[in-house]
Amino acid sequence: MRIACLAVCLSLWAVCAAAQEIEDHRHYPGTGSQVLRIVSTADLEVFEPFLLRFQASRPALGIDYTVVSSAELHRAIRDGMAYDLALSSAMDLQFQLANDGYARAYRSEVTDALPDWARWRDLIFAFTAEPAVMVISSERFDGLPLPATRQDLITVLRDNPDRFRGAVGTYDVRDSGLGYLFATQEARSSDAYWRLSEVMGRLDPQLYCCSAQMIDDVAEGRLALAYNVLGSYAEERLAREDNSNLRIIRMEDFANVMLRTAMIPANAEAVAEAGAMLDALLTEGMREARGDLVLPPLQRSSDPERLSFGPIRLGPALMVYLDPLNRRAFLEAWENAMEQR
Amino acid sequence: MSGTGSIGRRLTLLLAGVAALLSVLSWGMVTSFALQAAERTQDNILAASATIIAETLRTEQGEVRLELPYAAFSMLGAVSEDAVYYRVMAGDDMLTGYEDLTGGRQPDLPGQVVFDTIEYRGASLRMASITRLVLAGTQPQPVTVSVAQTRNGIGTIAGDLSQTAAIMSVAFFVLAVALSAFAARTSLRPLTDFAQAVSRRGPSDLRPLRREAPAELAPLMTSLNRLMDRLGQSIRRSEDFIAEAAHRVRTPLATVRAQAEIVLHSTESEDEKHRLRKMIRAVDESSRSAGQLLDHATVAYRAENLARDQVDLADLAATVADALRPTASMKDIEIELTTESALVLGDPVLLENALRNVLDNAVKYSADETTIALRVASDGIESVITVCDQGPGLGDGPVDHLTERFRRGGNVEGIVGSGLGLTIASDVLTAHSGRLDLHSQEEGPGACVSLVLPSA
Repeated sequence: MRIACLAVCLSLWAVCAAAQEIEDHRHYPGTGSQVLRIVSTADLEVFEPFLLRFQASRPALGIDYTVVSSAELHRAIRDGMAYDLALSSAMDLQFQLANDGYARAYRSEVTDALPDWARWRDLIFAFTAEPAVMVISSERFDGLPLPATRQDLITVLRDNPDRFRGAVGTYDVRDSGLGYLFATQEARSSDAYWRLSEVMGRLDPQLYCCSAQMIDDVAEGRLALAYNVLGSYAEERLAREDNSNLRIIRMEDFANVMLRTAMIPANAEAVAEAGAMLDALLTEGMREARGDLVLPPLQRSSDPERLSFGPIRLGPALMVYLDPLNRRAFLEAWENAMEQR
Repeated sequence: MSGTGSIGRRLTLLLAGVAALLSVLSWGMVTSFALQAAERTQDNILAASATIIAETLRTEQGEVRLELPYAAFSMLGAVSEDAVYYRVMAGDDMLTGYEDLTGGRQPDLPGQVVFDTIEYRGASLRMASITRLVLAGTQPQPVTVSVAQTRNGIGTIAGDLSQTAAIMSVAFFVLAVALSAFAARTSLRPLTDFAQAVSRRGPSDLRPLRREAPAELAPLMTSLNRLMDRLGQSIRRSEDFIAEAAHRVRTPLATVRAQAEIVLHSTESEDEKHRLRKMIRAVDESSRSAGQLLDHATVAYRAENLARDQVDLADLAATVADALRPTASMKDIEIELTTESALVLGDPVLLENALRNVLDNAVKYSADETTIALRVASDGIESVITVCDQGPGLGDGPVDHLTERFRRGGNVEGIVGSGLGLTIASDVLTAHSGRLDLHSQEEGPGACVSLVLPSA
């Protein structure tokens, strides 16, 4: 009987697990029985050094790290799946979870030290500030002026349609939560977004789910440029392999700065451990020195470019584009711009 | 004193109590106003947000369409960190938003904004709803936009303001207590002054108080003055009585003395002569005492309305010395007079009385065949008459007591005296703003008595 029950439970778990589209998963066993379950949108490659460092300070704690897409993460927390800490790059989805009561309040000296813009009501906390950048292939841009603004980019793309046809990559905003966030915020902030989308749409753009794959394709020459890529991934990639082809360009007219946020779900069990992890993340995020940082920090006061535009604001306005009607309208406009055959 | 406590403290405590009450009241009012203001602010923002959303409603091919304006939510986020919920209903169908955000007052008329407080997901929400008629197809369809927000922000604002108000109330209270203490002390100052004025007075000063007294103290002052008047009258009556008694005793005594002298001269018996002399001496003493009592009464009477005549102490000393020389010569005592002109203002009768009593004392306590030095000196500020004898001195006891009534020195046994002499002198000098100094001779036996008076 007991075995049958166990079997049912296991199979149910298996169904649940299968229902969730897991991109990556790794378990770091600790010497004790306590396990901190983290669900995150951050790739293991970027995040693992930090996890290892955290575990080194508490060897007893096991860490279970699951990588999913931001939409998947949103759904998992909404469905009440058991995680102790949720880290997401999709600020809007994360904010909606907190707004709708899926987050547990947490307060410590570290969270108190956070600047106001980096937290909302002791529920969600930003631990990195990552700008959206453009990554280009130097070879494919050979002989062309490097665009510094969107207007430059529009001009370059429009003047060289043959060179860029099928070689422009960007997020598929229908799939990617982060891509949708970048696109909506950019559309709100700059009218150049729609003109740029129109121009890209004529060039048969390649649509991606994730920054990493876009960077891969640029690095390998399949793409001439990837638009709206996470700067942190690109930098990490450049740091990892010396690729002379890859080049990061920051737009001078305007750039979205995304805050990677953490929250402790309302149904978390290892709350104290999640809090400790959160504190460690925030401490890392608030460090000034760039030296051995695993994650891009929240503030780069030494970086003048950071001063020209602030990060996307954590607030109820983020929910505006999550409204189904707004989303439908935005996606319609986006599809019209991107898919003109 | 301990039973009724201090008026000042009571007044202070009372005023402090009132201040505390007012502080608490004002704090409560500010807190409630702050909460109301915060609530109204939130209502206004919610109304603005709902209105903006309602304004963006439009129809496309007979279908109600809505694109939530960014500002509608960003303005909610700008004011406070409150969770936001919304719902847009077209007729009975939900257009968008949170399906379970139900309840709350719904507007009756299009364009009207209504507010309500509802419970949702375990929190208290403030909700603003507005209805707009949108033409869908041929029929106008009512569309209701509801925007709700948790109330943590207004709690925080009201809490902050309440805390500020509390700090200000405490400061106000402390200030009020300090001012109360000051006010109590200031308003009680006339009373203190009054008490000081009474206690500063000399023991025999029974003049009525003539002061500017506040209305509350006037009855007390009147009563006190009346009491002092009665007391003064009573003292005056008893002094009159003493004077009268002394006078009446002295006249028959003079008769007795005269008769005794006649008998003394006519008798032959030594034994009888001896007895008669003793009798005459006793009669003299009684007469002298009665005289002193009379003097004392005179001093008490005249000191009340002191004359301010110019008196030369040198003349005075000469007169008194002459008057006492016969008595002194009976004991072979020489009075050595050294004078310089020393003018003072005062009652010549009283001054003479005083000096006579002092000199009389000196003669009485001096041994036979001695000298009494009587000196008058003036340094322009003070004029002094000093009487120095070669008698037994002042004894070892405290010198100040010797001027008390009927008090006599510790070494006067065997000498008849009333103990009034120095009292009279001292009273006279006090009435003239002067003083009586008693001290022993620096060299040799004897005492010196100085009558010190301010110079004219």
